[in-house]
Amino acid sequence: MRATDLVKRFGSVTALDGVSFEVEKGTVTGLLGPNGAGKTTAVRILTTLLKPNAGEAEVAGLNVVTQPDEVRGRIGLSGQYAAIDEDLTGRENLEMVGMLFHMPRAVARARANELLVRFDLEQAGDRPAKGYSGGMRRRLDLAASLVANPEVLFLDEPTTGLDPRARISMWQVIKDLVKDGTTVLLTTQYLDEADSLADQIVVIDHGRVIAKGTPDQLKREVGGERVEVHLLKVDQIQQATSALQFLATAPITSREDCVMVPVTGGGSSVVEAVRALDADGIGISEIGLRRPTLDDVFLSLTGHTAASEEAEAPRPRFGRRRKAA
Amino acid sequence: MSLSAKVSESSRYTAAHSKVYWAIHDGLVVTWRDLIKLPRSPDLLVFGLIQPIIFVLLFAFVFGGAIAIPGGGDYRSYLMPGVFVQTIAFAGAATSVGISTDMTKGLVDRFRSLPMARSAVLVGRTLADLVRGSITIALMSLTGLLIGWRIEGGFDNAVMAYALLLAFGYAMSWVGATIGLSVGSPEVAQTAGFIWLFPLTFLSNAFVPTQGMPDWLQPIAEWNPVSAIVAAERQLFGNPNPFADGSTLPQQYPILVSIMWIVLLLVIFMPLAVRRYRTATTR
Repeated sequence: MRATDLVKRFGSVTALDGVSFEVEKGTVTGLLGPNGAGKTTAVRILTTLLKPNAGEAEVAGLNVVTQPDEVRGRIGLSGQYAAIDEDLTGRENLEMVGMLFHMPRAVARARANELLVRFDLEQAGDRPAKGYSGGMRRRLDLAASLVANPEVLFLDEPTTGLDPRARISMWQVIKDLVKDGTTVLLTTQYLDEADSLADQIVVIDHGRVIAKGTPDQLKREVGGERVEVHLLKVDQIQQATSALQFLATAPITSREDCVMVPVTGGGSSVVEAVRALDADGIGISEIGLRRPTLDDVFLSLTGHTAASEEAEAPRPRFGRRRKAA
Repeated sequence: MSLSAKVSESSRYTAAHSKVYWAIHDGLVVTWRDLIKLPRSPDLLVFGLIQPIIFVLLFAFVFGGAIAIPGGGDYRSYLMPGVFVQTIAFAGAATSVGISTDMTKGLVDRFRSLPMARSAVLVGRTLADLVRGSITIALMSLTGLLIGWRIEGGFDNAVMAYALLLAFGYAMSWVGATIGLSVGSPEVAQTAGFIWLFPLTFLSNAFVPTQGMPDWLQPIAEWNPVSAIVAAERQLFGNPNPFADGSTLPQQYPILVSIMWIVLLLVIFMPLAVRRYRTATTR
């Protein structure tokens, strides 16, 4: 899969401003960025739902603009909100998708059954989907995107809105898929999700790619983990800084009552920090190991945090014909 | 061949038949999807059926005594074809709401990312609405028979009358689909799909003879497509049809003019709706 200089404008809003990246067959790429960064727009172009104003994109070696039907035959898309028919049962939903992939009825039926079992929806398979929990809907939606064994799978924020347990089980499902050789493009706002699933991360912001690399490369760029110590007495900051100097892998910074020490030792760094501070008689109100978050990535790459972003870019109302600008 | 191999053969299955074959196939799959929901919300079906029956009873008993048919004839026999056409025209509004509701859900993104015919969602919805319309018309016919309406034009003509009625309903569904795809929300579609149908059906011969209308209004009513269809229905069912006394084309050849209207509506609105669907995106 390759995107080259993709540009997409909605009226005066530029959602994508020259986005390029490549995805190797059989790998997972995480498209990481805050709301409104252009992640969903990129996915919608790659899945033939939108036409770019400029640039080119290839999926499974096929051009998304000139060969949309061929592309649609090889991809699966699972969106931010479950794209299922709530009035149909889980089984009927999957059968319908199979039939629309032009499978003979018997094959569509057998496949629906197989997927219900695999996604632990067998019990609920004959109940209308409107009674499903959020996690079940997402699983059904993912199952629907897998009906025809797609070569390339697009997952647009697959875990947004899920509770932690459902989130972890969704991660496991995605990992299993990758093991079977599916190429995955996944968008997410969560660094830990990209970190846990992706071989490559593409960070986008304001419709531009601002960083690319493996999760490790990216984290190195952002700065690694650090020990954060909140002191009981603010006037002991200087003392604490020198006591922790032996742990630091980069300059120590401080803010109000808090000392931040870049480390590499993980949990044992915390233990060592506690011992050192205790030995010097410095009181600790709170201590912990912090790993870089998406906010840190953005702070380091763009100078602003993800949370300060405006809400989702305005989406065009459906029904309007959009003229290519 | 293993199941896993069979499900990966999508492009081979597609290549085995023509585009037209798959367009029909995909349309029918979506029709099936819309129809299996019907018995799951029986309340919706029941209330959809009650409304036209109320119309029949209200018009028959409230206006029945007050309206004289030029050239004689029973008002209830005169009324039924008018209510049939009104009801089937209003089915177009149901299509507006249905399509517009579909468009607000993520499901349409799934459909648009599948290698299915672009027309299938609309073909499916309009065909399902046609089935719903047929059920409604059947029930209304029974109600009509109970209050004294009779089919007096023979069996063949009655079959043609029903066929013409459903064809008109199908064409109106495509008009409704275009409206549903052009407005911003199901709530707007609810109003936008209905509002123009009132003047369309009332400025016609459906409920009152056009002879009684002001002079300036008569030509509008005479050339209103609804008048042509209603007159064709009256002619085919053998019900009183004072509209035939006039000299304009729709008054003289209502069946021919009706068919022309239906073809015209389909030729304009089918491609228009499909084009809107292709470029539409979920809200």
